[in-house]
Amino acid sequence: MRHIISVLLENESGSLARVVGLFAQRGYNIDSLTVAPTDDATMSRLTLVTHGNDQVIEQITKHLHKLIEVVKLQDLSESAHVERELMLIKVKATSNEQRDEVKRCADIFRGQIIDVTAKTFTIQVVGTSDKLDAFIEALKGSAIIEVARSGVSGISRGEKTLTL
Amino acid sequence: MTSQNTKTEMLSGAAMVIRALADEGVEYLYGYPGGAVLHIYDALFQQSKVKHVLVRHEQAATHMADAYARASGKAGVVLVTSGPGATNAVTGIATAYMDSIPMVVLTGQVMSHLIGGDAFQETDMLGISRPIVKHNMSVRRPEDIPYLIKKAFYIAQSGRPGPVVLDIPKDMTMPNEKYPYLYPETLKLRSYNPTAAGHPGQIKKAVNALLQAKRPIIYSGGGVIMGQASEELTALARKLNYPVTNTLMGLGAYPAGDPQFIGMLGMHGSYEANMTMHHADVILAVGARFDDRVTNNTKKFCPHATIIHIDIDPASISKTINAHIPIVGLVKPVLAAMVAQLEQKKAKPDGQALDSWWQQIEAWRSVHGGEYEQDTPVLKPQAVIEAVSRITKGEAYVTSDVGQHQMFAAQYYKFNKPNRWINSGGLGIMGFGLPAAMGVKLNYPDADVVCVTGEGSIQMNIQELSTCKQYGLGVKIINLNNGYLGMVKQWQDMNYESRYASSYMDSLPDFVKLAESYGHVGIRVSKPEELEPALERAFALKDQLVFLDIHVDPKEHVYPMHVPGGAMHEMFLSKTKRT
Repeated sequence: MRHIISVLLENESGSLARVVGLFAQRGYNIDSLTVAPTDDATMSRLTLVTHGNDQVIEQITKHLHKLIEVVKLQDLSESAHVERELMLIKVKATSNEQRDEVKRCADIFRGQIIDVTAKTFTIQVVGTSDKLDAFIEALKGSAIIEVARSGVSGISRGEKTLTL
Repeated sequence: MTSQNTKTEMLSGAAMVIRALADEGVEYLYGYPGGAVLHIYDALFQQSKVKHVLVRHEQAATHMADAYARASGKAGVVLVTSGPGATNAVTGIATAYMDSIPMVVLTGQVMSHLIGGDAFQETDMLGISRPIVKHNMSVRRPEDIPYLIKKAFYIAQSGRPGPVVLDIPKDMTMPNEKYPYLYPETLKLRSYNPTAAGHPGQIKKAVNALLQAKRPIIYSGGGVIMGQASEELTALARKLNYPVTNTLMGLGAYPAGDPQFIGMLGMHGSYEANMTMHHADVILAVGARFDDRVTNNTKKFCPHATIIHIDIDPASISKTINAHIPIVGLVKPVLAAMVAQLEQKKAKPDGQALDSWWQQIEAWRSVHGGEYEQDTPVLKPQAVIEAVSRITKGEAYVTSDVGQHQMFAAQYYKFNKPNRWINSGGLGIMGFGLPAAMGVKLNYPDADVVCVTGEGSIQMNIQELSTCKQYGLGVKIINLNNGYLGMVKQWQDMNYESRYASSYMDSLPDFVKLAESYGHVGIRVSKPEELEPALERAFALKDQLVFLDIHVDPKEHVYPMHVPGGAMHEMFLSKTKRT
C-alpha cells in the first residue's frame, strides 16, 4: 500500500543522506521525496512517498525514528490529509490546432501556461499525483518534450499537526 | 596559556579533544598516528591523564576499544588518522555496530578547504561509515569540539548503544588557535530521547501471560549483558523456576552452572534449548533480536508460543518474529518491575504444569548433553575448552574469533558471570580475538584473559603480538590448530561432498617460535596428555603472554546444528544422527 510519511528533520548537513541511505540499505522503496526548510530555519520538512505492506511500513517508521536527526514523523496516509504535487511540463505546440488543444486541456486540469515560445508551451499543474498522471495521459496525443515533477508534499487535515 | 577570566580556559582544538576525553573519564585511547591527527597526538603527548595505546593496525585499535566496552559497559575510544587510518577502522566499527557496543571513534580528516578535492589521504569517512554507525558527525568549528565529544558519548552509551564517529578536519585542531573550553555536564537533544522504563500496562500483561504459561522459556540476549540486567534476569527466573536459554551474545547473563540454565540456543545451540524453545507456549525474549542464527526458518519458528519481547529498540520488535506483547524499554528496569509485580501479586506459576515441563526438559537434556567422542588419540577441541573452563573456574574473560573454535568456546566454557564472553556475534569477524583480549587485559590486569582462536583467525591480526609485548599484556592464546578453516570445512563436508575449496591452511608458521620471537612464551600441545600440564603452566605465568598452539582433531564438527530451512527442533546431532 502507498504511504506518505512526513518527517521533521534537524537541518544539518548529512541528515538527508542518512534518510536516503536508510532506504537504500534496508531495501525500502522511495517513490518520491521532497525536502525544504520550514518556518523554523533549524528544521527541514521532508515528505516521502513509499509503498509496502504493514510490516514494512512499521519498520520504515521505526528506523526513521531511530535516526538521531529525525525530530518527529507522521504517516499522513493513516488519517485525513491533503496532498499536492507540482508539475512543469513542456510540450510541442507549433500549429494553431495543437496550441488550442493543449490550451483547452490545460484549462480542464486548471493548469497555467507559464512559458510560451513559437514552438513550445510550458504548463504548470498542481494536484494529487493521480491528477498529474491523468494530465500526462491526456497530453499523450501531443508531443511531450519534458516533465519535471516536485514529488508529493502533504499536510494533515484539521487539528492534527506535525510540529515541535 | 592566557585565560579570558578565571573560569574559562583557552585551549586549542587539539587540546580540547584530549581534555574532553579526560573530562569524560577516559583512561585509554587506542590508536595510530598520521598526518591529519598529529596536532591531537602532540596534545596527547603533553598531558598524562589520557593514556594512548599504539596498536600495529587500526583494526586492532577498534577491537581493543570494543572489548573494553563489552567488559566494562562504558564506551571505548579510538583515534585514527584520515584516509587509510579511517578505512582500516571500518571493520571494527561494523563489528561494534552489529553487536550494539558503545564506542567513540575519532577520525582525522584533511583540512576543511581541501575536503572534496581528492586530497592526499582524504576519504569521505562520514559517507563510508554511515550505514555502520549509530551516528556520525563532523567538526565545523573548533569551539564545538567539547559539545560534539559529549554528544558522541551520550549517543554511543544511551538507548541501544552503538559506535559514533567524529570526523575532525586538521584545521580544527591548530595548536596556536585557542578557544574557550567548557565541557557540558549533561546534554539534551530534542530529536533523540530514548525510552527507559517500559509501559506499565504492557508489563502487567506480560506478567499475567508468564503466570499462565504451562511450557515457558526465558530467552535472553546481549541486551541483558550490555543493559547490566543479569541480576534482575536471575531474580525473575529463580522466582518463576522457568528454564533459561542465552543467545551467543547473552552467555553469562544467567550462570551456566545453574540447573535452570539449559544452554545456548540457535544454530549450534544445545538440543534441550532448541527443543524447549520449539515446544514452548510462552517465550519471554529479553534483549534478544530473533537473529537468523537463532530462529532458523522464521515461518516454522516456535508455532505454539505467545511471545513477550522486551527491547530498548522498537525497531527490533516484530522485525523478524511478531511479538504478541511488546515492551519497549531498558531491560533492567523492566525486569525489576516484573519481579516487583510478582512479589506484590503473590501469585505462583502452575506448579503441576511446570513439573511435567521440567521432566520433559530433563529428558531432552539426556538425549545429547554436549556429548563428543572421548579417549581419542587426537585431542578433541571440546576437551580443550572444558579444561580451560575447569582451570579458570568459569571466571576468565574469554574472547574468540569466528568459526568452530568460537562455537566450541560458547558451548563448553561455563560462563558464570556476565561481560566475560567477548565475541563478534553479529558481524562474525575473524581477527577479533587477540585485540579483544588485549583490550580486556589492559583494563583488568589481574584477571585471566583467554583468547580462543584458530590458526586461520589468529593470522588476521597476529601483528598485535608486538603490541602485547610493548604493553606487557599477558593474555593466554588458545590456538585450536586443525590445519583447516574448520567451519568452512564443516560446511564443505556437509554440503559440498568434502571438496575443500581454499579451506586448507598451508604454510603455517611455527607459532611457538613466532611467539618467542616477540619475547612471549610458546607451548605446543600435540597429545591429549600434554594438555593439562601445559594449561597449568600457562595460567601460572601470570604476567606473560602464552601462546598455546594446540593441535586438535581436524575431522571434528560442531554439533548440534540446525537443519537448514527447518524449525528450531530440527537438528543434526552428530555426523550420523539427526532429529
